[in-house]
Amino acid sequence: MIVGQRKPIQEIIGMLKGIKKILILGCSGCVSVCSAGGEKEVEILALILRIDRKKKGEPVETMEKTLARQCDTEYLEELKGEAGNYDAILSMACGVGVNYLADMYPTTLVFPALNTSFMGVSEEQGVWSERCAGCGDCVLDRTGGLCPIARCSKRLFNGPCGGSQNGKCEIDPNVACVWQLIYDRLKGLNQLEKLKEIFPIKDWSSSLHGGPRKIVREDLKL
Amino acid sequence: MKSGSNLEKVLTSGQFAVTGELGPPKNADAEVIRTKARLLKGCVDAVNITDCQTAIVRMSSIASSVILMEEGLEPVTQMTCRDRNRIAIQSDLLGASALGMKNLLCLTGDHHKFGNHPNAVGVFDMDSIQLLQMVKNMRDEKVFQCGEELKGTEPTFFLGAAANPFADPFEFRALRLAKKVVAGAQFVQTQLVYNLERFTAWMQAVRALGVHEQCYIMAGVTPPKSIGMAKYMKNNVPGLDVPDEVIVRLKGARDAKKDVQEEGINICVDIINRVKEIEGVAGVHIMAIEWESAVPEIAKRADLLPRPG
Repeated sequence: MIVGQRKPIQEIIGMLKGIKKILILGCSGCVSVCSAGGEKEVEILALILRIDRKKKGEPVETMEKTLARQCDTEYLEELKGEAGNYDAILSMACGVGVNYLADMYPTTLVFPALNTSFMGVSEEQGVWSERCAGCGDCVLDRTGGLCPIARCSKRLFNGPCGGSQNGKCEIDPNVACVWQLIYDRLKGLNQLEKLKEIFPIKDWSSSLHGGPRKIVREDLKL
Repeated sequence: MKSGSNLEKVLTSGQFAVTGELGPPKNADAEVIRTKARLLKGCVDAVNITDCQTAIVRMSSIASSVILMEEGLEPVTQMTCRDRNRIAIQSDLLGASALGMKNLLCLTGDHHKFGNHPNAVGVFDMDSIQLLQMVKNMRDEKVFQCGEELKGTEPTFFLGAAANPFADPFEFRALRLAKKVVAGAQFVQTQLVYNLERFTAWMQAVRALGVHEQCYIMAGVTPPKSIGMAKYMKNNVPGLDVPDEVIVRLKGARDAKKDVQEEGINICVDIINRVKEIEGVAGVHIMAIEWESAVPEIAKRADLLPRPG
């Protein structure tokens, strides 16, 4: 899922300066699962903003709403009749939702309440970590299912660098060396031969480096 | 031998080769390079010029190499994948070759987290093995990475790589070197050798793969300048293995009111003499960064002088 984290409250307060009527818009998708931008977080953020403004003698009117998803035309259209009623919409979705709001409502101010962190897993309650970089050309068949692009600090393709020690990455003793993990896993699977092949230089054009990406499936279009 | 490199000549002639290392300054003063170059002159066959080592902005390795050549020394120009994509690397290498650089050391590069611009983009368009492959193809196949023909004069580098026998997983270390050789490495400089036992075991694994017959392996050495430096290398530098006995020797010298730096040089000379005896070691790479003045003494005492050519 997409993992997000709420921005520092002062940063949010700063960007909303002068805004008198605001819709705080949650998302029931990924950011709700990672407890960053769902219904509950919308309620808390609205409360904090009202208290802050009240203390400053500049009250703000907050409306709260949470859509099933903010990355879908169908759900964002629910705001059609009301988007114009607010000075701004503070989206608690990931960056995708914020962008799509801005795309669909060109005359409404839109602000992000979250930092979109990464695509990752929920390891345990309160702990998330990155697994996929969305490079657009998956290499996991060659690396035992573990991603050197998302999980190696130098995006190495041909085995661990000289900074791999005791299973850890040189940049941080809390970060696992994914190449050690790949080595161990392929060894266990009796597939170490795979690591002898030279992995050729990657075509990054399917990644963000090729410009904004888009998929059109004619077979699914109505 | 396309490169015309002195280092390549020394290695192919079967003589025990010696390279030094020079870190360019964090300013635009050419005199810093010249002064360090003069200290190394006559003691080494070539000098590595680092490419913003530890991700700290310094004078570029290519520009510094030119200054070194003006002093009559041969550079081993270092090129990392950290700061440049394939377009910039190939462009810089055409320039480096045109300027007369004959040796190229292909590295992935230290992560920028350790440097003075930790907020920079880490490019890493490719890794060191892919870099070797790309430059080898430019030289031998006369093609750019994209497959387009390189018309006219190709860069003709003697290609080098780095190897760290002390990193993990140990069993993969010799295999990784073998990959670098297949990719194009003709000579290899290792991480600093202090743990001779592990280095010997690594060399054994390298010989078992026959890799020592396909490339020239140069053992990396440096004299520990102080007890503090030895401790720092032991505890704070990832991928470095400094056994306690090194620190014990330095402390012993201090306690006996002897010169600790002198003992550091002794340690370095002892290591050189030991690695010389290991089958498949073709030379040493003396990395006395910011202590270049120690190199003549080390070379003399390790019986590495005079240098050929």
